[in-house]
Amino acid sequence: MAIVAQSSKLSNVLWPVLAWIVGLLFFFPIFWMVLTSFKTDADAVKPEYLLWFTPTLDNYLNMTENYDYWRFARNSVITSVFATIFTLVVGIPAAYAMAFNPTKRTKDVLMWMLSTKMLPAAAVLYPMTFLTKSLGLFDTHFMIILVLSLINLPIVIWMLFTYFKEIPKDIIEAGKMDGVDTLGEIKEILIPLAWGGIASTALLCFIFCWNEAYWTVRLTTTDAATLSKLIEGNRAPEGLFFGRLSAVSTAAVGPIVVLGWFCQKQLVQGLTFGAVK
Amino acid sequence: MGRIQLENVTKSFGDVEVIPPLNLTIEDGEFAVFVGPSGCGKSTLLRLIAGLEETSSGNVIIDDEDMTEVPPSKRGLAMVFQSYALYPHMTVRKNIAFPMRMAGLDEDEQEKRITAAAKALNLTDYLDRKPGQLSGGQRQRVAIGRAIVRDPSAFLFDEPLSNLDAALRVGMRLEISEMHNRMQTTMIYVTHDQVEAMTMADRIVVLQAGVIEQVGSPLELYHEPRNKFVAGFIGSPKMNFISGDEAAKHGAHTIGIRPEHTEVSTTEGLWKGVVGVAEHLGSDTFIHVHDTGLAGTFTVRITGDIAVRHGDTVYLTPQADQIHKFDTEGLRVA
Ligand SMILES: Nc1ncnc2c1ncn2[C@@H]1O[C@H](COP(=O)(O)OP(=O)(O)OP(=O)(O)O)[C@@H](O)[C@H]1O
Ligand SMILES: [Mg+2]
Repeated sequence: MAIVAQSSKLSNVLWPVLAWIVGLLFFFPIFWMVLTSFKTDADAVKPEYLLWFTPTLDNYLNMTENYDYWRFARNSVITSVFATIFTLVVGIPAAYAMAFNPTKRTKDVLMWMLSTKMLPAAAVLYPMTFLTKSLGLFDTHFMIILVLSLINLPIVIWMLFTYFKEIPKDIIEAGKMDGVDTLGEIKEILIPLAWGGIASTALLCFIFCWNEAYWTVRLTTTDAATLSKLIEGNRAPEGLFFGRLSAVSTAAVGPIVVLGWFCQKQLVQGLTFGAVK
Repeated sequence: MGRIQLENVTKSFGDVEVIPPLNLTIEDGEFAVFVGPSGCGKSTLLRLIAGLEETSSGNVIIDDEDMTEVPPSKRGLAMVFQSYALYPHMTVRKNIAFPMRMAGLDEDEQEKRITAAAKALNLTDYLDRKPGQLSGGQRQRVAIGRAIVRDPSAFLFDEPLSNLDAALRVGMRLEISEMHNRMQTTMIYVTHDQVEAMTMADRIVVLQAGVIEQVGSPLELYHEPRNKFVAGFIGSPKMNFISGDEAAKHGAHTIGIRPEHTEVSTTEGLWKGVVGVAEHLGSDTFIHVHDTGLAGTFTVRITGDIAVRHGDTVYLTPQADQIHKFDTEGLRVA
C-alpha cells in the first residue's frame, strides 16, 4: 500500500515536470525564431543582445515591401487548399472502397501505397524536374497541386481507412437497403459519421502541404513559389541575415499555427479516435 | 406483391461452399422463418435475397423479375438488422424519413407516414431524440418504423429480437405478428429461437449446413419431421432418440419420442428409471430420467405438477401413436 501511494505521489510531480521540459524543448526553437525576427540582422548575431535588445519591425516591413510576401502566401494558400481538396476527393472514395468492400488484396494495396513513401524524393529529383519542364508545367500551380496531392495521398488514405473501419458495416448496408446508391452512401452516411476523422485528416494534409519544401522549392521560381521558397530565398550561406530569415519563417508558420490552434480540439479528437474506442 | 424465388442459388466464400444449390419459393404475403443451428447459412441466405451478398450462381427472382444482378437499393425490400443499424447522426424522425427521402417522396406524405408509424410503434415522444438516447427495444421499433414507411414488397428480419431481454422479446414477437396480420406483406424472418419460429411462421424453413432439411408449417414439422435432424431441432425440450432393440421392435433403426408424449408413473410402465433433475415450472414439469437401460438421459414433459424428486424411481411409457420412426439414414419411415 505504502509503496503504491508513494510512487503515485512521485509520478504526480515527475510527469508534469517531464511534460514541461519536453514542451519547452519543443517550443524553444519557435520562441527563438520569433524573438530573433524582431532583431536587426546585426543584433541577431551579437551575444550581448541575446535577450535584451531594441525590438524592431523592420524585418517584417522589409519583407512585405521588398519580397512580396503576399504573393508567396497566396500561392501557399492556393496550392495547399486545392491539394487538400483533391486529396480528399480521391482519398475518401478509395478508403471507402477498401474499408467496406475489401478483397484479398486490400492489405497489399494499402502496404503498396505506404511503400511509395519509402522512395527517397532525391531519387526521383532529376526525372521529375525533367518531366515537369518538358511538359511545360514548371513553376505552375497545377504541378505543385498535383505533386502535393500525390505525396500526401497514401497517408491520407491510410488515415481515412482507419476512421472508416470504425463505422459498423451494418449501417452502410442499412443505407443500401434504404435505397441509396454508392455516392449517396458516401454523402449521406459515411461523411457525416466520419466527420471528425475527415476533418483532422484534412487539417493534417493541409499542414503537410503548407510546410512542404523539397518539391515546392525545386519546381518553382516565381509564379507558383510558396512560402517555403521565400524562406529558402532568404537563406544566406554566410548567416548574416538571421533577423530577416526569422521574420520570414515566422510569417510562414504563423497562419498554420493559428489554424492549428483553432482546430486543436477537432484535431486531438480525430487523432485519438481510434485509441479511445 | 412480394413473391420471392430462389433458383439453384449457391454461395461460396473463397473455396468454402456455404450454400449448395438451393431452390425455394416464398409466396406473396407469407411469413417465412429460417431456422437452423449457428453457422448454417441463415443470414447468408437472407443477404442473398437482399442483394447484400452476391450469388455465386443461380437466380433470385422477386415478383417474376430476375433481380440477381440488381443492387439492394433497387430491389424494393426492407431489412431489419440484429444490431438495429440506425443512423447515429440522425434523429429518430430523420432515421424513419431516410428511405422516403431517398425515394423522393414529397414532404407531406413523409410526415404523414412518420406520424402513422410513430403512433403504431409508440415512438411519438421520441421522434426528436438520437438513437443513442433510446433503449434497445425503442431502437428496434425505430428500425421497424424505418422499414415499414417505405412500403416494401417484403420485409427481411435477421434475428431482430436477439439483443432484447426475454420479456421484451415476447412483446415484440407479438407486435411483429400483428403487423404481419395487418399488412399482409411477405416477411422473411431469421432466428435460432424455435419458439419464435413456431409461433410466428406460416412456413418454417429448416436449414443445416446450407441445405434445406424441410419446409412446412410449424405443425407439419412438429408432427411429421422428415428426418432426425428436423425432429430434434423442432420442439422443446428436444425429442428423445432411441436406437437398438427397442427401435427394432418398431421395425426402425431409431425411434423418436417427444418428452410430452410420454406417460410417467411411480408404480408401473414400460421403462424403469431414476429421476436425475426435475424442473418444476408450475404449468409444466420437465423430468430428466437416468438409468433407463436406454442410451443417455430421457426427458419427459408433463402438464401440471407431479411430486417426484431427485433419486425417485419412475416408470415411463411412450404413447404408442406418437412414436416417430427413422431408418439408418435418419429419414422418416411411415
Ligand atoms: N463474409 C464471409 N466470409 C467468409 N465466410 C463467411 C462470411 N460470411 C459468412 N461466412 C460463413 O458462412 C457460414 C454461414 O454463415 P451465416 O452468417 O449465414 O450463418 P447463420 O446461420 O446466420 O449463423 P448465426 O445463427 O450464428 O447467425 C458460416 O460458416 C460462416 O463462417
Ligand atoms: Mg446470422
